[in-house]
Amino acid sequence: MLRGCAVVDATDRLAWLAGRLLGDLGAEVVKVEAPGADTHAAEWRALNAGKRLVALDPASAAGGAQFEALAAAADIVLCTPRPDAPPDTDPRRIAGRHPRAVVVSVTPFGLTGPKSGWRASDLELMAAGGAMSLAGEPGGAPMRVSAPQAYAWAGAQAAVGALVALHHQRRSGRGQLVDVSAQSAVITALSHAPTFVDLLGVTPTRAGAFMTGRSVTGAQFRVFWPCRDGYLNFILYGGAAGRRTNEQLVAWMRARGAELGPLADIDWGRWDPTRATQGEVDAIEAPVGRFFAAVAKREFLEEAHRREMLGYPVSTVADIAADPQLAARGFWRERRGPDGRTERHCGAFVVVDGRRPGQS
Amino acid sequence: MTRALDDVRIAEFGGYAAGPHIGKLLGNFGATVVHVESRARPDGFRMQYPPYKDNRPGIDRGGCFAYFNDSKLGVTLDLKNARGVELARRLVSTCDVVIENMRPGVMARIGLGYEALAAVRPGLVMLSTCNMGQSGPRADTPGFGSQLTALAGMCNLTGASEGPPMLLYGPYIDFIASTLGAAAVLAALERRRRTGAGAWLDISQYECGLQFLAGPLLDYHRDGRIAQRAGNADPDAVLHGAYPCADGTWLALSCWTEAERGRLDAAVAPQTLADWLAARPARAAAEALQAAGVHAHAVSTVADLFTDPQLAARGQWRRRPHPVIGDQAYCFPAFDLAETPGEITRAAPTLGADNEQVFGELLGLSAAELAEYAAAGAFD
Repeated sequence: MLRGCAVVDATDRLAWLAGRLLGDLGAEVVKVEAPGADTHAAEWRALNAGKRLVALDPASAAGGAQFEALAAAADIVLCTPRPDAPPDTDPRRIAGRHPRAVVVSVTPFGLTGPKSGWRASDLELMAAGGAMSLAGEPGGAPMRVSAPQAYAWAGAQAAVGALVALHHQRRSGRGQLVDVSAQSAVITALSHAPTFVDLLGVTPTRAGAFMTGRSVTGAQFRVFWPCRDGYLNFILYGGAAGRRTNEQLVAWMRARGAELGPLADIDWGRWDPTRATQGEVDAIEAPVGRFFAAVAKREFLEEAHRREMLGYPVSTVADIAADPQLAARGFWRERRGPDGRTERHCGAFVVVDGRRPGQS
Repeated sequence: MTRALDDVRIAEFGGYAAGPHIGKLLGNFGATVVHVESRARPDGFRMQYPPYKDNRPGIDRGGCFAYFNDSKLGVTLDLKNARGVELARRLVSTCDVVIENMRPGVMARIGLGYEALAAVRPGLVMLSTCNMGQSGPRADTPGFGSQLTALAGMCNLTGASEGPPMLLYGPYIDFIASTLGAAAVLAALERRRRTGAGAWLDISQYECGLQFLAGPLLDYHRDGRIAQRAGNADPDAVLHGAYPCADGTWLALSCWTEAERGRLDAAVAPQTLADWLAARPARAAAEALQAAGVHAHAVSTVADLFTDPQLAARGQWRRRPHPVIGDQAYCFPAFDLAETPGEITRAAPTLGADNEQVFGELLGLSAAELAEYAAAGAFD
C-alpha cells in the first residue's frame, strides 16, 4: 500500500518496529547502521526484517554526506536522537534541511520538557508510563514484561505519526517534524485505568494472578490455573457470555466424568459473580481447578473454541509457533538470513483484500 | 487551524476498545469520525465497565466509553431496521473509511459487508478487527482482549520465574491492534490517493500482538529458545530491577555498563544502594541518579501520571467539558506534529448527540426526511 514511499531508518532499538511496520505496509525502508553493528541478534533481525541495510556513520563526514543524500530522497526519516549526538543529527535540523520529508523523532520522553535529556531503557519507560505499577503481585514488586514492550509501543506510535504526517505531506508538499515520546506510548497500554483516578480519585493497582473488584463482597477470582503442561487463563464471568462459558465447562466436565461438587447444582442463568462471597467462589473454583490440572493447553484451546467458551491457554512462544490458526492465515514469513539459512519471521500485521503483503 | 487528516471522514461500527480507539487516534489529528451505536445496543463500554460519574452507572455517565471516544460525533442507528441500514449506507457513501469490530460475518449479514459498502462508496477503505482475523479455523472465536493477551504470549512473560504468569491491565492487546490498525488505514488511504483503489483491511488482534514479541518468536524459530518470565531481570544489564524507596514508592533502575554502575555507586556513597534508596522517595532518587548519568525513573502509579511534569509539558491530559460527566481528562496520543498539531477536539458524545448534525448537515437530509426516518424507527 505504501509502494514508492521511501523511508530512511536511522533508529536504534527504541523504534526499530516503526520501520518494520512501514515496510510491512509496502514502504521501501533503508536501515542505516554504524559499520560493525551487531545485526545477528534475534531482536535486531526480527525488527529489521525486510529493510535494506546500509552501513554508515552519520557522525563522520563521509557518512554524514551519504545520510544527507538518502534523506534528500526520502519521504520519511526515522531517528532516535541521543542528547549527546552531533548537532547536525538533531531531528529539528534534519527537518530544516529537508522540508519535503516527514522527520520522526522517537526519544524516551520527547524532544522538549524537563525529562527530555533523561536516560531510559524499557524498564524505566514501563515504570514512567505506569505499566509496571499495574503488573505483579499486590503488595509485591512492580513488574515489567520480560520481553521489551515500551520500544514496541514507541515504534508503533511512531509509525502512525509518520503516516499522519505523510498524509498531510501528500496534500501540501510539506513535510514536518513528528515528536514521539516512548513514555507517552506506554500510557496507551493502560486501557482506561487513568479514568478511575480522574473521575473517582481511585488509583488502580496490580492484581497478580487474580482478578478483584468484581464482587461487592471483595471476593477474588482466579485468572491463571495450572494445567497439565502450563497454565490456562479462565475467569468465572457473569452475564450472557459467562453463562454460556460456565454451562459449557460443566457439560465438558460431566462428559469427562469429572467430580462436579457444587457446580452440579448451580443455575448459571441466575448466578451473579458481583454478589459471590469468597467462600462460594472458592467452593466453585476447587473442582474446576482439579479438572483443569489434567487438561493440556492445546486441548483447552480446541475444546473452548468448539464449545464457544471464553478463555485461552497461556501460550509460550513454542505454543504460538505451532498454532494452526496462524498457519491457516499464512502468518509466518520465511526470509533468507545472512548465513543463507531460512528464518521464520512474523508476517505483515494486516491482511489486505484477502492477501497478506509480502506473501506469494 | 489546519489538521493533517481534516479531509478524512470515518464511520465507526462496533464498540469497546479495539475499533473505537482507532477512530479516536485519527480524530485527534482532524479526521471527522462518526461513532454509530443503536439505542437498543449502545457501545458496551457505556454501561458494562466502570468508572461512572459519581460512581452511578448511566448511559452517558461512563468514563471508560468517553475515554476512547473523544473527538468524535455520536449517532444512533437501528441496524436491525431496514431504514436504519439504509441510512448507514448513505452515511458510508460520504465516508472515506469504515472501521468495524463486530464478530466476523456480522456486518455482511446486516447488509454492511465490504462488497456492499464498496458498491455505494467506490474506493472505500474498510478495516475489520477481531480476535483471530476474518479467516482460519478459529475465526469465529469470541473473546476478550484481556484473555487474548495470554494466548499471544505476554502473560507467560510477566511475573517471577518461579511464580505463576501475571495479568497485564485491561485488554492490553486491543491497543496494539488499534494502534497498528490506524497505521493500516493511513497506508490504505495513501494507496487510494495513488491508484484510486479502496481496500478491505483484515486485522487479527492476535497477530498484531505477536509483532510485540517478534524477537522472542524469531529466537524460538531460529535457535529453539523458549523465552520465560524472569521478574525484572535483563540478561544484558549489569543491574536491572525495581527497588523499594521511602513512602512506599518504587524505583526502576538499570545500569548497562560497568562505568554506569560506577556512577551509581559514587552517587550513593558512602551508603549502600538499599539504604540510600530507603531514605528518599523514588522521584527524588530518580532525579539524583539521572543527574549522575544513571538510568532511573520512579515506578509511576496511575495517579502519578497526572502530576508528572514531563507529561504535563507534553499536554498528555487535556480536559474537555462533557454535558453529563463534566470536565474529564482525555489522553493525547504519544506523538505530535510540529506544523499541524493534533488536539482533543471535543469531549465524547452522549448517545445519539449528533444525529441532527450528521444526518441533517453532513448528509443533507431535509427535516421531512429526518422525520420520516425517525417515524420508521431508523434512529432507535
